[in-house]
Amino acid sequence: MLEEHAKVVQFIGVADGITGRKKLQKMVYIAKKLQYAYKEKYEFHIYGPYSEELTLRIEELCNMGFLQEERQDKGSYVQYKYQMTDAGEHFTQMARVEEAEPSLVSCINLMKEKSSRFLELVSTLLYFDHLPKDDQIEKVHVLKGKLKFTADEIDEAFTFVMNLMNQRAVQ
Amino acid sequence: MSYATQKLAEEKVFKDPVHRYIHVRDQVIWDLIGTREFQRLRRIKQLGTTYLVFHGAEHSRFNHSLGVYEIVRRIIDDVFVGRPEWDESERLVVLCAALLHDLGHGPFSHAFENVFDLDHEEFTQKILLGETEVNEVLSRVSKNFPQKVADVIGKIYPNKQVVSLISSQIDADRMDYLQRDAYFTGVSYGHFDMERILRVMRPREDQVVIKSSGMHAVEDYIMSRYQMYWQVYFHPVSRSAEVILTKILHRAKALSEEGYDFETQPTHFKGFFDGTFTLKDYLALDEGVLLTYFQIWMSEKDLILADLCDRFVNRKLFQYIEFDLAKDYMKMKELEELFKKAGIDPTYYLVFDSSSDLPYDFYRPGEEEERIPIHLQMPNGEIHELSRESDIVEAISGKRRTDHKLYFPEDFLTADGKKKALKKQILELLK
Repeated sequence: MLEEHAKVVQFIGVADGITGRKKLQKMVYIAKKLQYAYKEKYEFHIYGPYSEELTLRIEELCNMGFLQEERQDKGSYVQYKYQMTDAGEHFTQMARVEEAEPSLVSCINLMKEKSSRFLELVSTLLYFDHLPKDDQIEKVHVLKGKLKFTADEIDEAFTFVMNLMNQRAVQ
Repeated sequence: MSYATQKLAEEKVFKDPVHRYIHVRDQVIWDLIGTREFQRLRRIKQLGTTYLVFHGAEHSRFNHSLGVYEIVRRIIDDVFVGRPEWDESERLVVLCAALLHDLGHGPFSHAFENVFDLDHEEFTQKILLGETEVNEVLSRVSKNFPQKVADVIGKIYPNKQVVSLISSQIDADRMDYLQRDAYFTGVSYGHFDMERILRVMRPREDQVVIKSSGMHAVEDYIMSRYQMYWQVYFHPVSRSAEVILTKILHRAKALSEEGYDFETQPTHFKGFFDGTFTLKDYLALDEGVLLTYFQIWMSEKDLILADLCDRFVNRKLFQYIEFDLAKDYMKMKELEELFKKAGIDPTYYLVFDSSSDLPYDFYRPGEEEERIPIHLQMPNGEIHELSRESDIVEAISGKRRTDHKLYFPEDFLTADGKKKALKKQILELLK
C-alpha cells in the first residue's frame, strides 16, 4: 500500500532534501531511466520530461506530513525545497520499502550536485535514448534551442549518464 | 492535387450533441475516421466506470476525438487563418493530431494501464508508426507525416503553437471533454462559453494566448474544470467501481501466474499476463471483451475473482470512509490483520485510494512548474499569467487538493455468519 509514495519519500530522504521542483522531477526521471523501480509516468513538457503523477504524489505527501515543503522567494521566481520529516521516515519503515541500494544512493547524490539546467539536458537526452547519438543532440537543439547548450555541456551529459550506468551495472 | 490537400466532393457532417455538427472536408481526415484503429474507439468509454454513477456517461472516446478535431478545426479555420503568427502549412498535421490524440487508450484504460504497467501514450505512438491502417493513411500524405503527427501528440514537435492547441492548460482536448462529460453525465457544472474563448485565442510566438478581454470566459472554464473534478472525476462511488475493476485484473493476473486452471481460458489476456503481448493483441481488446470475461469469471471456482466480477457487473460496490493515512497508519495495519483473521483477503478487499491515483489535474499557475500556464495578452501587448490577473483563479489555483478514501466490502462485515465479534470490531474501526 502506497509503496510508490513511500519510494518518493525515501528518494528525498536519501538526498537529504532536494531544492527545486524541476530538479526533483528530473532526478526521479533519470533514476527511472536507469531502471530503478519508479513507476511515475512521464511526458515531455516545456522543461523536458515531467510527471504530473509525481507532482500530485509530492502534494499528497506534504499534506500527509511525510514531506516538508519550504517556499523560497528568489525575487523573480519562487523555489521549493522538499525534505523528509520524521513521520515520513517512519512511513517508509512501515511501508516496508526496501533499503535504497548503494548504486541508487550514489546516483541520487551525484545528481543532487548538478544544476537543474544540467539535469534538464541529461533527462532530455535520455528521453530520446532510442535514437542515435547525433539525433539525440539534434533533438536537444531543436527543443531546447533557447537554452543554447554547448557541445561541452552535451559531452559532459553523455559522460555523466555513462558513469551512472556503469555504477548501476557494477551493482 | 496532392492527397494532403484533397477535398471531399461534398462536405460530410456528423451530428453531435455538444458542437451540433462536426464538419469534415479533408479526404485524409475522412479516411482516418474509417480506419479500424479509430473505429475501435467507439468501444472504449470516455469516462471508464463513471457510467455506474452517472448512467448517461456511456459516451466513447470516438465521440470525444471527433469533438477535439472539430474544436481545432474551428480555431485554425475560423480564428487563426490569415494571421501572420500562424503557419497555414501546419493545418493538416494539427487536425490529424487532434483526431488521433487518444488512439492508444485501452479498455477502462486507467485501471488496465495500472495493472499491466502500460502507457496509452506509448500505444498511440505505436499505432501511428506501426503496421496499422492509420499509418497507411498518414503515410500517403508523405513518408515522414506519421512521425510528424506522432511528434505533435508526443509534445516534441518543434512548433509549440501546434502542440499547445492539443495539449496545454486550455486546449481543445480539455474544452471538449469538460463539455461532453457534463452533457452525458447530466451535471450542470462543466459549461462555459467556448465560443468566446475561441474568438479570443491568439497565436503568438511559441504558444497560444488569450486576449485579456476574454479573461472572464476563461475564469468560467477554470471553475468548470474545478467543479467537474470534484463532482464527476473524483466521485467516490465511481472510484469504488474503479478499485474493484483494478482488483479483478490483479486477481486474474495473480491466478494466471500461479498456474490456476481457468474454466474458460483467458486467451485475450494471455500476452498481458506473461508480458508477451503485441500491438495486435492490444488492439483486439475493448470494453466489450473485458465485460464478457467478467461475466464468465462470475462462475469461476476462485471465489475472490468470482465475487469481484459479480460486484462489478451487478454494481455491488465497496463502501468507503475518509481515511487520513498520516494519522491512521497504525489503524490500517490493525485492519489488515483483522481482515486476515476474519478470512477476508485485505489485498483485494481493503483498498486505500488517493486522488493522485487518478488521471486528472488542476490548473497550475506555473511557478517553477513544468507546464506553460494560461497567458493573457494585455492591451499593451504584454503577457501576464492568468492567476495574477484573476482573483477567482488565484483563489483556486495552487491550493492543495488531495482526497484519500479507504474502500471495503461492508456487506461481508454485516452479513450473518461466523466471526461476528471480529467483524463487529472491524466495523467499529471503520466508523
